[in-house]
Amino acid sequence: MTVVTEPARPVAVPDETGAANGRRRRRKGGTFGFNTVSPREKVVRYVLLVFVLLITIGPFLWQLSTSLKGSGEDIYTRIPRLLPAQPTLSHYAAVADTIPVWDYMRNSLQVAVLVVGGNIVGSSLAGFALSRLQFKGRKLVLGLFLATLVLPGEVTIISQYVTVREFGLANTLFGVALPGMIGALNVLLMYNAFRSLPVEVDQAAIVDGANVWQRFVYIGLPSVRGTISVVAIFAFIGAWDDFLWPLIVLTDPDKYTLTVGLQYLSGTFSNNPRLIAAGTMIAFIPIVIVFATLQRFFFKGVEEGAVKG
Amino acid sequence: MRYHRWFSPWVLVVPALAWLLVFNLWPSINTVILSFTNAKPIGGGTFVGLKNFEALLHDEQLRYALLNSVIYMIVCLPFLTIVPLGLAVLVEKKLPGITFFRTAFYTPVVASAVVVALIWQWILDDRGLVNGMAEKLGVISGPLPFLSDQWLLLFSAISLTIWKGLGYYMIIYLAALGNVGRELHEAAAVDGASAFRRFTNITIPGVRGTMILIAILISVSALRVFSELFILSGGNGGPGGRDSSVVMLIQQYSQGFEGNLGYASALSIVLFFVTVVPMLALARLNKKAADA
Repeated sequence: MTVVTEPARPVAVPDETGAANGRRRRRKGGTFGFNTVSPREKVVRYVLLVFVLLITIGPFLWQLSTSLKGSGEDIYTRIPRLLPAQPTLSHYAAVADTIPVWDYMRNSLQVAVLVVGGNIVGSSLAGFALSRLQFKGRKLVLGLFLATLVLPGEVTIISQYVTVREFGLANTLFGVALPGMIGALNVLLMYNAFRSLPVEVDQAAIVDGANVWQRFVYIGLPSVRGTISVVAIFAFIGAWDDFLWPLIVLTDPDKYTLTVGLQYLSGTFSNNPRLIAAGTMIAFIPIVIVFATLQRFFFKGVEEGAVKG
Repeated sequence: MRYHRWFSPWVLVVPALAWLLVFNLWPSINTVILSFTNAKPIGGGTFVGLKNFEALLHDEQLRYALLNSVIYMIVCLPFLTIVPLGLAVLVEKKLPGITFFRTAFYTPVVASAVVVALIWQWILDDRGLVNGMAEKLGVISGPLPFLSDQWLLLFSAISLTIWKGLGYYMIIYLAALGNVGRELHEAAAVDGASAFRRFTNITIPGVRGTMILIAILISVSALRVFSELFILSGGNGGPGGRDSSVVMLIQQYSQGFEGNLGYASALSIVLFFVTVVPMLALARLNKKAADA
């Protein structure tokens, strides 16, 4: 499914060695003196950092600036001006007059919440069972999840649409969310996270008479919060940003999600770049806020090995 | 010894397994079935034998799409395997403010492809930022048709994909760099190896496995490109539809009265084989390098 295999998501492969622990050990073992940076190197590094920053963030700032420039202002000027001469928020209101952009935002949010919730619940349950419980067929199920990673989501997108249509969910938001609600990749991520917990903890809990559910809730879950947040962040971003799948499923302009709605906007009013700029910012700003507030969980997840190369 | 009832694990696994079967496994099989029919987006469809596959052979747009995909892959591969590694080394040292830079470099990844494509569409417009500045500097006399020339449009989309991918592969490298032994770097530094020597002789071999994984990811995602080309070309695949990708053709046949899900499924099978080839080739390369 597109939501699941969205390229914005690092790939994880279950590994045999518990690399996360080894990594942490090594980091602590690093000599402190080696980590210090000479003043000259520092300057070079910051110059390069700022240069890359301009390349990565510049286009967003330019778009933001365009969206704020007044209608009387010449946006095509040969000497580009980043700061608007007549700053105005009127284009943001004008977007809402042209397309029901706030409804689109609510639609995107609905899909994203379903996808995030489904993935947290479904993949942590399955990941726990696959890594902490012995049962017949475990290897086979694990193999099935691994095998689907090879398949690009676009290959099955047509027959997935047929399936959703058979369920009577074509042209509905639930139909957009449904296939991505439990991603194979997330199941494997959770599987990997639960594995780093020592077996002895389980055994102690079993001796104390804890059943499967209690072990899941009181021992498993608290130890994988980092990975759960990575799963949640990427499920949200994937659902919010997805374009191809909602474009295929939704035919009714009232039900569009933000990405499809934006494309619709650019098709109808391509002659006013300020309007389109305002529209893109409406879709962009929420995701940046979500990511900026949660980035420390994300980078912590990267260091803990939730994201593997 | 088991400490749970036999069905407990299955209760936990069943939701995920059901999703896997209904939304991954069954659609894979159904794609093959559909490719032998003339199913329509509205429903229905009858068996038509190999007709769709015969049509593939004469599809001029598909030929362009495959050519575009190959060009896409060849251009993206070197840029996206090397530059993000440099970026990862750049943001690896925990200097003050580094979290800000890491987050900022990752922003294009987090943004929707639709959003960034619309931003680039405006920057590359005939009267946009790039053309305006180039004319001001006297580099060009008239605007370059970034969005309406077959090749310029393709390369605009490729640059957009590279720009959007930098932060993504940077993060994967960053995770891998944590595994490259610091002791090696220290020993080499003591022996007087320059930063560049250490990069080529320690860092690169240390992340070789990651590099091959990244090369696989880049190839596959280059072949799967959709949103960038779709938005930049205004949804119609550029002049004469020559700037389509395979996924764009799939989408095109999935809609409306002209739609043909059978043919779209046959295209999906083409996409499957096209993406599997570089995956297998690079995985083989990885094995060879590991054996050597």
